[in-house]
Amino acid sequence: MKPAPFNLLRPKSVDEALALLQAHGEKAKILAGGQSLVPLMNFRLAQPHNLIDLNGVEGLDPIRLDDQTLSLGAMVRQRDVERSPAIAERLPILREAMEQVAHPAIRNRGTVGGSLVHADPSAELPLLAVALDATFHLRSARASRSVAARDFYQGYLLTDIAPDELLVAIDFRLPPADCGWCCTEIARRHGDFAIVAVAVLLGCGRDRRIDFARVALGGVGPAPLRMIAAEQALLGERPGAELFRGAGDVAAQAVDPPADIHASSSYRRHLTGVLVRRALTTAASRVKGRAS
Amino acid sequence: MTEMISITLKVNGSEQAAAVEPRRSLVDFLRYDLGLVGTHVGCEHGVCGACTVMLDGRTVRSCLLFAAQADGSEVTTIEGVGTDEALHPLQLAFQQHHAVQCGFCTPGMILAALELLRDNADPNDEDIRVGLSGNLCMCTGYVNIVRAVRAAASNGKAK
Repeated sequence: MKPAPFNLLRPKSVDEALALLQAHGEKAKILAGGQSLVPLMNFRLAQPHNLIDLNGVEGLDPIRLDDQTLSLGAMVRQRDVERSPAIAERLPILREAMEQVAHPAIRNRGTVGGSLVHADPSAELPLLAVALDATFHLRSARASRSVAARDFYQGYLLTDIAPDELLVAIDFRLPPADCGWCCTEIARRHGDFAIVAVAVLLGCGRDRRIDFARVALGGVGPAPLRMIAAEQALLGERPGAELFRGAGDVAAQAVDPPADIHASSSYRRHLTGVLVRRALTTAASRVKGRAS
Repeated sequence: MTEMISITLKVNGSEQAAAVEPRRSLVDFLRYDLGLVGTHVGCEHGVCGACTVMLDGRTVRSCLLFAAQADGSEVTTIEGVGTDEALHPLQLAFQQHHAVQCGFCTPGMILAALELLRDNADPNDEDIRVGLSGNLCMCTGYVNIVRAVRAAASNGKAK
């Protein structure tokens, strides 16, 4: 099981990488962490003529946090997200999500940008990008542009990125500091791709009513989904078991999940309701109390 | 035929220079070009963990890395962990607790456990199971592997 022959191109800068992408376009593939692409190449499901290896490119791995935004370079390793004290403090849902991505050795190598662009519908990073209204920063030799997560994901393994474009960074807009969070999933084994994954954020105002709600699902469609109807059902209400059960039901009704060898459509729908309820319950328990 | 790439890297402390085909995986380079057959090849697509080695101090799947990508890096394989005469304490613990049956997964398990114990000197059973979750063993049922890692951790504390 060896990959087909290819040329390995090793740019040192983003500009060099963009020039190579422009020159080779459809005949080139970007190699980031390689934890999804290289298996596909070993199976010869992918046979790129030219592989543009980003691992030697300078400047693609900063982790920057300010009052409103967490900005991650495309080549930040998933393990470094998991280990960042600043991220654990200010965006703990991202850390919780990382712990469910495959296994330590995979996360040591796997990158934020690689997972986001590979766009597996069950993957945690695209799910979080959608849940947190992330902004994707793309560059090509022609131009730079920024795309919202909801527009970036267009279908199964399909994104808005053009053949000559490179994801250079992603900005996660930070949720209110005192909100509760939960990212959880059901997989056959720890570290496998999720059958259904859910990310939930919940904030409460002074009157203990929910004033911030995010519910997003992975594994139930061709791309991660924001569950706006479930969020609407939560806003303005007081947290509680009945409310969360209802929001789970709303989400379960709103999805039309695919069936595959791992699970039937109806089982995924069932999991949707259960996981949304569980995640909301956990998130509510993590809402930091406000001084009244 | 694609162009060969010249690489230099350190493997278990010794400098190596070679010309490799771009598609040469790191594990094939270690096994066929350097004769370091302690690193095993299981699934060749990143699932089983048998090919786990350290690259610049972090565990990686050497079947998912091209040898050319290790240019300028330091690689540690099971041959760099201990010798026949002087086993590493973790290897001794695997021996003492019968954590080895067929032995195919063992080199990868040892490398993964080394990283685990380096990052967390006092892991509980759950930490150990999560830390080794990327390494599959078809023989032991994992119980003795967890036991061996726990024993190595407590021995480490005693020293």
